[in-house]
Amino acid sequence: MSTDRVGIIGIGQSRFTARRDDASYPDLVREAVVLAMNDAKLGFDDIEAVVYSLSPDAMVGIGNAERLGVEAVGARNKRFLRINTGGATGISSVAAAYYHIASGVCDVVLTAGADKVGECGDSQTVLNKIWDPTYERQLPLGTINMLGMSAIRYMDRYGMTEEDMARVTVKNRRQASLNPNAHLRKVVTIDEVLASRYIAWPIKLMDCCPQSSGGGALVLASERYIKQHNLDAVWITGLAHCSESYWLGDRMGKNPAADHADAFALGRSFQRAYKMAGITNPGEQVHVAELYAPFSNTEYHSIDAAGLAKPGESIAMLREGQFELGGRLPVNASGGTLCTNAIAVTAMIRVAEVALQVWGRAGGHQAKGARVGIASGNGGDHQFFGTMVIEA
Amino acid sequence: MELMTRQETWNITYNHALGETASWFYAQIRDHSKIYGRRCAATGRVLVPPRSFSDQTLEPTTEWVEVGPGGRIEAFTIVYEEFQNLPPPPYAFGYVLLDGADTALGGYFKGLDLTDPAKAAERLKMGTRVVTKFAEQRTGDVLDFWYEIA
Repeated sequence: MSTDRVGIIGIGQSRFTARRDDASYPDLVREAVVLAMNDAKLGFDDIEAVVYSLSPDAMVGIGNAERLGVEAVGARNKRFLRINTGGATGISSVAAAYYHIASGVCDVVLTAGADKVGECGDSQTVLNKIWDPTYERQLPLGTINMLGMSAIRYMDRYGMTEEDMARVTVKNRRQASLNPNAHLRKVVTIDEVLASRYIAWPIKLMDCCPQSSGGGALVLASERYIKQHNLDAVWITGLAHCSESYWLGDRMGKNPAADHADAFALGRSFQRAYKMAGITNPGEQVHVAELYAPFSNTEYHSIDAAGLAKPGESIAMLREGQFELGGRLPVNASGGTLCTNAIAVTAMIRVAEVALQVWGRAGGHQAKGARVGIASGNGGDHQFFGTMVIEA
Repeated sequence: MELMTRQETWNITYNHALGETASWFYAQIRDHSKIYGRRCAATGRVLVPPRSFSDQTLEPTTEWVEVGPGGRIEAFTIVYEEFQNLPPPPYAFGYVLLDGADTALGGYFKGLDLTDPAKAAERLKMGTRVVTKFAEQRTGDVLDFWYEIA
């Protein structure tokens, strides 16, 4: 492992909304790229490689849309590759940019992408296609009912209630109301969440993330380059991935290695990232967390997997307000994935938001005194869990 | 200014080869209304749906084992929202650990009233015993069978 650190020097993100009819897909990518390049105070000649963040093609309805985006990210004549790890795509793209630099191959790398999920009409039609066509495609599987079944098992195991789920939405919506880039910014009450219609038991409409449109971009650089050019940065001090096996039905039954209630491999991924960053007691050493949770119930198993609570204890800790902005360890101070989900860049925004927090640049949703933060991204049906530790 | 959109539809037909393991599995369902798993020799686990190799050892599975028709609910959901290209709601489906199996098999839950979500969820709660039912006309597919509360 290189001893030279890798820093984040520029951040760009759209103001996410349901639709952006004013912008074509490459327009939206370019919007985030321009913001990140201005933030980094660099020109395109300084960028040596571009990692393109793009989840399933069918979500934007353009096959290999990174080809269409190549100009929007200024990648002509540069190293260029696309990353797709489903919902984890954004954090995997940051990881790929990191590895370009940590390997010593490049000093300055851009990663960027955008999504227009609202144009898809029904993202569950696309997501149903992640199941194998042999045994499971015939069932009406989608990510909502996949994670509804996780909620059923988490309820059975740890006593989570529908009201506990609603409490996550209430917290995250309140935090999103302070973040001008978040998509769903309307504050809601527990009663309103509980009264919203069932989508897939026990998940109700307000337990679900929206289908968002917008772009994200980050500029990463080597410590050597940052010091030579006297740039401001925050540092990626730990990163990892971990996968689970494919079959949902293998995460239940007799003595499963990983239970579908939990996010077993997310826990492994965090342990790897913490080891790299030298974090031995995350509950004490981490100040802020952006954990990928597209449905309210999944925030609990993500908090558990991040080692911020013992399994199931996250329910009581959240009820006590420990994970609120202003609480002991704010989780999803931006409003998180529950309030904004432009799938191709969602997990990149988790990294971006943690970087802003430890930089002290998060504005109205700043967690006071945050110096060490963590981010995660989940993709597929538990196959891609990406994690990062970011420090000032 | 006036902002315009263009509509595009993807509609692609695939003919997926199922391979030897799934083909045999579906033939038993079609011809005999029986469900089989594959045993991993190293761990003894019976994998349902059957796979040609174990994800834990990467060795070929070695033996067909009949499972069910009884089993217990391991996970369920009840869908009340309509999604494009998916069945009209409401419907219940989930995963069942069939007797003799180590892993759970997905399928629909039928034969219960889904009008009241809380009542239906209580009837489908984890651990509930179910029995596998088979269609009279079978084509060799997952939709040839479903689960009903025992």
